[in-house]
Amino acid sequence: MTALVDERLAHGHGHEAHEELSFLRKYVFSQDHKVIGIQYGFTALTFLLYGFSLMMMMRWQLAYPGQPIPFIGRFLSQGAAAGGIMLPEFYNQLGAMHGTIMVFLGIVPLAVGAFGNYVVPLQIGAPDMAFPKLNMASYWMYFLGGVTMLGSFFLPGGAAQSGWTSYPPLSDIAPPGQTAWLFGMLFLIISSLLGATNFITTIVQLRAPGMTWMRLPFFVWAQLVTSFLLLLAFPALQAAAVLQMMDRLAGTSFFLPSGLIVSGQAIANTGGGNPLLWQHLFWFLAHPEVYVLILPAFGIVAEVIANNTRKPLWGYRSMVYATVFLGFMSFIVWAHHMFMTGMGTVMSTFFQTTTMIISIPSVVILTALVISLWGGSIRFTTPMLFALGFLPMFAIGGLTGLPLGLAPTDIHLHDTMYVIGHFHYVVAPGTIFAMFAGIYYWFPKITGRKMSDVLGRIHFWLSFVFINGIFMPMFIVGLAGVSRRLYDGGQQYAHAQGVLHWNVFMSISAWCLALSQIPFIWNLFWSIKKGVKVGSNPWEATTLEWSAAPSPPIAHGNFPHLPTVVRGPYDYSVPGAATDFTPQGQEA
Amino acid sequence: MDIPYTVEPRPDTGVFNAKLGIWLFLASEVMLFGALFSSYILLRTGAPAWPHGRDEGLSVPLATLNTLILISSSVTMVMSWASLKLNEFKKYRLYMGLTILCGLGFMVIKSIEYSHKFETHHFPKTNTFLAIYFTLTGLHGLHVLGGMIVNGYFWGPGAKLFKKDPERFANRIEVAGLYWHFVDLVWIFLFPTLYLL
Amino acid sequence: MEAHAHDADSIRRQTRIYVAVFGALAVLTLVTVTVSYLHLSTPMAILVALVIASIKGSLVAAYFMHLISERKAIYGILILTVVFFAVLMSTPSLSAWNQRMLR
Repeated sequence: MTALVDERLAHGHGHEAHEELSFLRKYVFSQDHKVIGIQYGFTALTFLLYGFSLMMMMRWQLAYPGQPIPFIGRFLSQGAAAGGIMLPEFYNQLGAMHGTIMVFLGIVPLAVGAFGNYVVPLQIGAPDMAFPKLNMASYWMYFLGGVTMLGSFFLPGGAAQSGWTSYPPLSDIAPPGQTAWLFGMLFLIISSLLGATNFITTIVQLRAPGMTWMRLPFFVWAQLVTSFLLLLAFPALQAAAVLQMMDRLAGTSFFLPSGLIVSGQAIANTGGGNPLLWQHLFWFLAHPEVYVLILPAFGIVAEVIANNTRKPLWGYRSMVYATVFLGFMSFIVWAHHMFMTGMGTVMSTFFQTTTMIISIPSVVILTALVISLWGGSIRFTTPMLFALGFLPMFAIGGLTGLPLGLAPTDIHLHDTMYVIGHFHYVVAPGTIFAMFAGIYYWFPKITGRKMSDVLGRIHFWLSFVFINGIFMPMFIVGLAGVSRRLYDGGQQYAHAQGVLHWNVFMSISAWCLALSQIPFIWNLFWSIKKGVKVGSNPWEATTLEWSAAPSPPIAHGNFPHLPTVVRGPYDYSVPGAATDFTPQGQEA
Repeated sequence: MDIPYTVEPRPDTGVFNAKLGIWLFLASEVMLFGALFSSYILLRTGAPAWPHGRDEGLSVPLATLNTLILISSSVTMVMSWASLKLNEFKKYRLYMGLTILCGLGFMVIKSIEYSHKFETHHFPKTNTFLAIYFTLTGLHGLHVLGGMIVNGYFWGPGAKLFKKDPERFANRIEVAGLYWHFVDLVWIFLFPTLYLL
Repeated sequence: MEAHAHDADSIRRQTRIYVAVFGALAVLTLVTVTVSYLHLSTPMAILVALVIASIKGSLVAAYFMHLISERKAIYGILILTVVFFAVLMSTPSLSAWNQRMLR
């Protein structure tokens, strides 16, 4: 076992002898950030696939309402789909859980838990995260939360079915699956809080000598701000979850107003509560949460673009300031989700203003990424295809958000399919494309092999076409006034009749998108064993994970010698240099 | 593999890792209790009438005693850390033991309060005031319990680290102390809000 | 460089400060309880109680939690937290005050 005690690090605490760890300690209850990152990665991808499958069932109901679901219909319980025909209650469960699973069990664990955990210590030149045991605890809390969420489908009455937003009074009186949702969220929140603490401490304390703040790869800045958002925003939802649990289990009325009538009968609780309290607390988390979803994506796209244009990022400093400003602003825009709650003009004006302001840093970041392409020697590698695809998709997502952030237009668009189109553009062809870019990009570092480029291109082009096929029509349907969360896709409404046909188009696109993932899944698993072998830096990148560590990195400590950083993160095409990339740890 | 700055502080930040970590965690706890206090404010300002703590069976004398107990436990906690820095292990044990006892005293008085309320049919579901009272004090109580468990570990089996690495052990007690002081701090605001206003 | 010196003398000096802070906290506790029996108007009572609690809290934070000798890294996090804490505390109530529907 290579001795890794660098002179700078020896504290005289004794370097523990490396007895070979048991299989359980090495691969299951590991404290190594790389193993934990991979655990997060595979678990998150599985949840993403599962959440996607829930949606595909929903899309059948939307395209062909009242038709028995093919193949799967006969396996569903009578309480979910009588005779294979989806019941409204089941549709609502699928809807609520699709959102919950994709956001909390899929994207965040992938973006932060997987990519963050694996890459951040490597990019800052650290041997591991600051708190390895805490890291392990984070993963297993996440796993526990995930199991709780999945198990909730089997409770009487099924899973949570009040939307991923769980608005009371409905969620207060919903079947037991909602309580499981609350417990699941508590586990997930604890996991995120522990993780955020770990990330911030690691980035602040464990940067290698010479790694000043402005020499950090942009990906690390993105993860730092993301962690602050998680740390300070999640507790509000934690509090709300506790209050809703009290309502459901102890009979309190935090969110139940006085005089509430359900199915013709007054409820037993005393009332005196406020449903809007839930909305405030929920959105205090959920708005920063959407920036948690996008910032790591910006980070990955930035890394891939710099590497595949062979030039430094344009406006690195502006991007950093914009990211920090974005993080700050994200805490004071939340009530733009609540314009329709009877808000007064003072509040409404305040939140419209802050919402308009927050679009500025996003535009700064996107513009800087686009300008970074100018004059570059662009290599159209698979990661680069996804990174390039991200740019216009995020632009559409961002632009379509503007009418939602302004109250007058939001009156028409709130709770329509337009909203679904808007946020899916940002998260699906937005963040998820960035995630794919990251997987293709860092796969060689993790495994020492490359994924197939041919399969990668097929994956990209098919996904790009079909994902637009799903979400672009949603703007049309939403503008026509069709509401979200309708289990029959709007069939019963006169104003929907002219646009109903889009449902079939969108559903077919969704199923084709699913099929388009097969090349990716095959590619991922096949390449682990049979991919082309590569050295430590196949992309000829400048950042430390490529230039200072082997592929895969050394099991204990990552680097043969802990690096010293002497230059910025993107010294590509430095005039006079022998190669078109100069690694961060390399003197002239 | 050694992780740097586990024990000695990093020069430019002036802290060792766990100290930064615990402060970050405490920041999240500020937001957690803040969200609950915010809920309290919203519910109270929206209510047509809001009872005085005394009218709902809350005992000011008992809570005052509890406040003094918790403040004392904070002093004994920081004294236990100071004893470690002075290399006086026996004194550390004494002060840490006192801290745990104070925590126990706090919990005992809290259970007396709770059981009295339940006996007189004052439950969380009885009205909004009691709902937020039980939630706030209950969550705070869970935090006290958690702190006691951690402190108990450091008084007992965890104290072995003092022989191997006294500086690292002192750091752990300092970090545990920061958490414990925070729990005291929350009570300092909880007490007047629920019992006196 | 340590944030606070750890030699024996300075620790003993700090110990005396801890005891003094304890005294102050105990006194302030009795003050706040006594004031509560004075039947001040509700806004006044809230203000006084919060001011006293803030003083007590500051003493705990500054001396028991060593904040007074801590450096920028910690302060920065706390200031950031305080700002968002203020936002979280104030906005739901301000929003309710500004609500159109129920008047």
